[in-house]
Amino acid sequence: MTSQDSGEVLSAPLVIEYPFTRTTGPVIGAFLTGLRERVLLGIKGSQGQVLVPPTEYDPATGEELTELVEVGPGGVVDTWCWVRTPMPKHPLQHPFAWALVRPDGADVGFLQPVDAGSPEVMATGMRVRPRWADEREGTIHDLECWEPA
Amino acid sequence: MTEIELPPALVGKELVRSVRTPARLEYTYTAGAATTRFLTGIAQGRILGERAPGGKVYVPSRGADPQLGLPTSEQVEVSHTGTLTSFCVVNVAFYGQGMEIPYTSGLILLDGSDLPIMHLIQECPVEDVRIGMRVEAVWVDESEYGPTLESIRYFRPNGEPDRTVVQPGAGVTW
Amino acid sequence: MVRDVAIVAVAQMPNVRAETSLNEVEMLMPVLQEVRAKAGLTQDQIGFTCSGSTDYLSGQAFSFVSTLDGVGPWPPIQESHVEMDGAWALYEAWVKLQLGELDTALVYCYGKSAPGPIHEVLSRQLDPYHVAPLWPDAISLAALQARALLDAGKATEADFAEVAARSRRNALDNPNAQLAWDRPAAELLADDPIVDPLRLHDCPPITDGACAVILAAGARARELHERPAWIRGIDHRIEPMALGLRDLTTSVSTELAAAKAGVSDGAVDVVELHAPFSPQELILRRALGVDDHPDVNPSGGALAANPVMVAGLTRIGEVAQRVLDGTAHRGVAHATSGPCLQQNLVCVLEGDR
Repeated sequence: MTSQDSGEVLSAPLVIEYPFTRTTGPVIGAFLTGLRERVLLGIKGSQGQVLVPPTEYDPATGEELTELVEVGPGGVVDTWCWVRTPMPKHPLQHPFAWALVRPDGADVGFLQPVDAGSPEVMATGMRVRPRWADEREGTIHDLECWEPA
Repeated sequence: MTEIELPPALVGKELVRSVRTPARLEYTYTAGAATTRFLTGIAQGRILGERAPGGKVYVPSRGADPQLGLPTSEQVEVSHTGTLTSFCVVNVAFYGQGMEIPYTSGLILLDGSDLPIMHLIQECPVEDVRIGMRVEAVWVDESEYGPTLESIRYFRPNGEPDRTVVQPGAGVTW
Repeated sequence: MVRDVAIVAVAQMPNVRAETSLNEVEMLMPVLQEVRAKAGLTQDQIGFTCSGSTDYLSGQAFSFVSTLDGVGPWPPIQESHVEMDGAWALYEAWVKLQLGELDTALVYCYGKSAPGPIHEVLSRQLDPYHVAPLWPDAISLAALQARALLDAGKATEADFAEVAARSRRNALDNPNAQLAWDRPAAELLADDPIVDPLRLHDCPPITDGACAVILAAGARARELHERPAWIRGIDHRIEPMALGLRDLTTSVSTELAAAKAGVSDGAVDVVELHAPFSPQELILRRALGVDDHPDVNPSGGALAANPVMVAGLTRIGEVAQRVLDGTAHRGVAHATSGPCLQQNLVCVLEGDR
């Protein structure tokens, strides 16, 4: 049987939907609480490096981490790219940059959108500041995006 | 786990303990050649099985005989009447259910098929449903036949004496 | 004591943009029949079967269980599955054969990227709290890595275009490739980026495909092929999930896997590396220690056909086939998984002297 033998093959839309509610635990819970309160948090790793977002364990040693620290409010772009045509579920629906944003006081950057207006404004090393969502619930979306500072 | 000390800015604030992360993905599912043949048959009011050379008759076929690992290349039209080989009475409501509780779903070995098909059993009190019961398909109105198993509304007892031994299809032995 | 295990047969389907007529079972069956026929084995003669795929591509729960129908698993078989590229299914099968109880294995993989929103699907593998809810696509993530390479002075956009051009030109000799054309790199550079700094040609196509190999151990391998492609070394390593924790301009996991697999233990005749995005080939060449190698991705690589869950095993299959044919003596194959080369497998294949 080849595909040519079958004539018109039937197809149908198929939607999968997952309404997950995830438990955060105390570390991620603290980070998301911080976002709701417009406070950025990191955590001290085994070598004293500050990790953002905070993790429960040191990524190199596996040691349990407990010392949360406030970071930001501003930060630096460690690397970036420019999305010319946003996809439907992207956080911004006009051209924007993704960047690894490293908040002041942190040693690690995390993935965030930057609403720079045009790619000419973007540069590795540029300073950015957070734009907080008007309504915040304790999710990553409380950080609407970052802007050139 | 060690207690996490909150920084001063968060002391006294209600802590986030869980977060909603909904995800919705939209696909276009291709039925494939074999399922298309089956559903096309249903849309014509026919129940079509398939088999590979020397293999069992599968209804519906997905294109492969799982015992032989060969394409099912022959079509076999099977009866709309069959024998109930197993069943289950559903008493618990669940998200998305369409039927009134309790209801019976069953495995029906259609005459000519080697594997049973799953469908609803209706027009029979749940306490009277039994293995070996002879049932027949009840279709929607012919004008509403479509490429979906919902073209068959359910199976109901047809009054024939129960089969005490369930036979596989012609030419095949276990 | 490591047992000698070889690849003795390889089969793949021609890679296509979308297989809209056949379901996964129908699509996979000819590949399975071909690889068993090439090895001269029936399913009941095969000791272990291991497959790689992900149900998220098709949007169907237990899709991989359904496709077992195509294997003809009767009498009941010893079987396993990884929610990974088939290269990792091969690794599991190799480990299984090391136990000494079985002598042959069938490894297969398949994936239809066309039916669903591939970029949304792939984003489900990212951190569920901080990253996945932003739905970043694979091109954007690869673009972050590309920018890091440019910033570090380790590559130029012209280098990216060179990889893109060479890959599709090589693919002209590969009947299974999806994208094959000959355009000069300078012409590709003139296109506008789609996600700066990546241009369309720096990105892989969306592909439906399937691939299978037969493994055999020791004397059994010699019975099945006069020139088995021996797996002399195989290893895989993974880096942290968070992009900020990694140096995106290098691939430390590939370097380590390559060292453990013994890449530099001998001359390398051919390299097939799994780089869905052109900048990644530059990173991987250096990590594998084959930066100036003249014969990298003669098949065209993942830039010519990128069936998710398959492209990695295909790289191993392409090297193995060349050893089986006698056109290469010793080759290196690489497979990757996860964003920006997070997890990497390296396999060294060699024929008899």
